Amino acid sequence: MNERVQVGLESVPRLGPHMRLRHDKARGQWTIQAPERSFVLDQTAHAIVSRCDGKVALGTMIDDLCAAFPGAPRDVIEKDVLALVQNFVDKGVMQA
Amino acid sequence: MSAVEPPLALLAEVTHRCPLQCPYCSNPLALERPANEMATADWLRAIAEAAELGCLQVHFSGGEPTARRDLEQLVAGATAAGLYTNLITSGVGWDARRLTALIEAGLEHVQLSFQDSGADIGERIGGYQGAHAKKLAAAKTVREAGLPLTANFVVHRQNLHHLPEMLDMAVTLGAHRAEIANVQYYGWALKNRAALMPSRAQLDEMTAAVAEARKRLEGILVIDYVVPDYYARRPKSCMGGWGRRFLNISPSGRVLPCHAAESIEGMAFDNVRQRSLVDIWRGSEAFNRFRGTAWMPEPCRSCDRKEIDWGGCRCQAFAITGDAARTDPACGLSDDHARLVDVAVTEADAGADGFIYRRYGAG
Repeated sequence: MNERVQVGLESVPRLGPHMRLRHDKARGQWTIQAPERSFVLDQTAHAIVSRCDGKVALGTMIDDLCAAFPGAPRDVIEKDVLALVQNFVDKGVMQA
Repeated sequence: MSAVEPPLALLAEVTHRCPLQCPYCSNPLALERPANEMATADWLRAIAEAAELGCLQVHFSGGEPTARRDLEQLVAGATAAGLYTNLITSGVGWDARRLTALIEAGLEHVQLSFQDSGADIGERIGGYQGAHAKKLAAAKTVREAGLPLTANFVVHRQNLHHLPEMLDMAVTLGAHRAEIANVQYYGWALKNRAALMPSRAQLDEMTAAVAEARKRLEGILVIDYVVPDYYARRPKSCMGGWGRRFLNISPSGRVLPCHAAESIEGMAFDNVRQRSLVDIWRGSEAFNRFRGTAWMPEPCRSCDRKEIDWGGCRCQAFAITGDAARTDPACGLSDDHARLVDVAVTEADAGADGFIYRRYGAG
């Protein structure tokens, strides 16, 4: 397990154990609650993270996001998704 | 003044009892006696009020929080209130069965402290023979239970040469995060500053080693690094600003803007047994005293970093200058800065390694 995981289109990410997607009522925003960390999710990040269920590969998820956000170019969505998931995997918040 | 923002996290210092005696303990010199500790029902109400106020996380700390037999109940209460729960522990005094009960109550994470990478120095610092093996066993128990683990290392002159071994150990233990925290000098640590303060050269070496390790261990271990602020150009954003992000409840129920705030003489802190947490956070004199920027003297008041570091640390200003409203002496712009660093470095160079241990009555 002591090796960095490279995220790609075939990755199937999910939140790691004891990482919680929580709505923060006091501030009206979505967050991930993680050990001694709180990650605020903007609308884009929430759309991605809430789809990371450990079943869907990122390639398929990107198709779904393109359909959900028809205004955004596919290459932009793909870049955002891969960067966000890689970042959360590096921080131990997600597994892929 | 704008409306008071809600806090993010509650530090619940449920007891000052601890099997260890680390000479840099962040507890006050006047440790709270067990007889004065708040009852379960009071803690549960305070925790529920913290959630209501907007807190997202609760850190159960101490002392050694597992010294309280009702910790499971407190964790369960926090979980029911929707808070993310964290146990900050020495790893001494509990076993797999206790951890299972805490996890069943909803515990999500353990931060485990190590005083060094090995027993030799570590047990001399903690003042507890046999602690190291117990800590290693505790780490294994946490990981086997599937809980994320943070390995916390407080570093200073007597152990910082072991930084590479500490990081290796964190990886081997399966920790997700290592916290490398230089001692911050107030309370017990200020008393022991001469035995703990690193030299500038040692600090530079350590900072470079952390930068290298962060690159090498990307995606394997997250490394949080706290520098000793005496050597920084600008002060740390202590607690993210007074009364801005965090609140602390002492074992007897006093509500503090930070765990060291009681070291400031002449300040009175409300007790959650007498006043609601919501009311204390928003309206108490203590929380409003250094909240925001209006209280600041020069050069803070016209500093472009005043909403970055929020004036640094009030406890440090008091400890060094006797006036909690002065500029934090850790700041290079403070009139007190040069003297502070001179004294500290001279002490460190003298090289005395003996400690005044954290004990009831020793402060």
